[in-house]
Amino acid sequence: MAVPEANEFFVDPSRCIGCNGCVQACTECDTHKGYSMIQLDYIDQADSPQTVPVVCMHCESPTCAEVCPADAIKRMEDGVVQTARKPRCIACNNCVLACPFGVPKMNTAVHLMMKCDMCYDRTSVGKKPMCASVCPSQALFFGTRDEIERLRPQSRPLNTFKFGAQIIKTKVNIMVPARSTVEHIDVVAALYEPTVGNQLEDSLAPDGIDGDRE
Amino acid sequence: MKAESPEIIAPDSQIPEQQPHWRQEFPIDSPQDDYRSRRDFTKLMVITSFAFVVGQAWIVLLSRLRRARGEPPLKDIAGVDELPVGGSKLFHYPSPGDASLLVRVSEGQFVAYGQKCTHLSCPVIPKPEAQRLHCPCHEGSFDLLTGQPLAGPPRRPLPRISLSVRGNRIYASGVQQGVV
Repeated sequence: MAVPEANEFFVDPSRCIGCNGCVQACTECDTHKGYSMIQLDYIDQADSPQTVPVVCMHCESPTCAEVCPADAIKRMEDGVVQTARKPRCIACNNCVLACPFGVPKMNTAVHLMMKCDMCYDRTSVGKKPMCASVCPSQALFFGTRDEIERLRPQSRPLNTFKFGAQIIKTKVNIMVPARSTVEHIDVVAALYEPTVGNQLEDSLAPDGIDGDRE
Repeated sequence: MKAESPEIIAPDSQIPEQQPHWRQEFPIDSPQDDYRSRRDFTKLMVITSFAFVVGQAWIVLLSRLRRARGEPPLKDIAGVDELPVGGSKLFHYPSPGDASLLVRVSEGQFVAYGQKCTHLSCPVIPKPEAQRLHCPCHEGSFDLLTGQPLAGPPRRPLPRISLSVRGNRIYASGVQQGVV
């Protein structure tokens, strides 16, 4: 059994409404043993309700597996990177620290790294992952490339990322505006930019406030 | 996507031939990984030890059967006058596959042993002048009169064949298995 090649995962953070439905649904998946493997990140909780669902991107060269000293993290033939194998995982946290997207989670109760495996029990038989099946705004979309092109004409999928000097190609796609010219998404660029909401460029800002609040 | 491509995609984006050896030893891709679970290993160990137990039982059964079969029948080997002193004759006893040696030690004494060396089953050669049976494979030696090992790797005596002389003929009348 393998995930059909036509079915792909598309994540569009701009559609996320922060309902936490995916987080709840994720715990229901059989391969997650009752733990939620999806993270709902707030970009700047003080100033913005914007949230970003973070699923495993399933890299072509998974950094988590590259750094695993116990040879415990394996990628299936369809490109899905699985949770660490229980007999091998030594709970060293290397993968947790190394992943550019911050996906692997250390389950200290069972000494096992667990991560999003795209609900392998479901997707390998042609179903959608739990998160994509419940997402009301379809920020998490699982389907064919034809479907996404028909449904989201204003966006295009992108699966190349940059993490420092490392180029990462992933199985999961992020939706970017169709007219944008970016070739890749810089994962850590935000570290060097002022936080969202710091620049008050709105004309409603009172005189004398330049928006730099430190 | 890269589902079918067997090539290894590594962070240094080098071709598989230029990858270090450990990358083949510890592949990231599941199909290339020769994965054995602890359960498989335990199963193998249990089955193997069970096979050993069965083997032991089989050996016990065989020796019981051999004992129950009793002494093999008499077999005419040679005439008393057929061999000179120091001479030897090859015969098969108790079954046609068991090569055995009859040696005339002195005027009135004959001995017979199974020819298979108790080390690795090479045929032994009688050396009556040295009072020995010699195994050329690993320089083993047995005493000609008793069959006891004297030198070399063998540790067990040769199986001795009981002889009985009736009239002018020598008969093989049984096998005494060598005891350690």
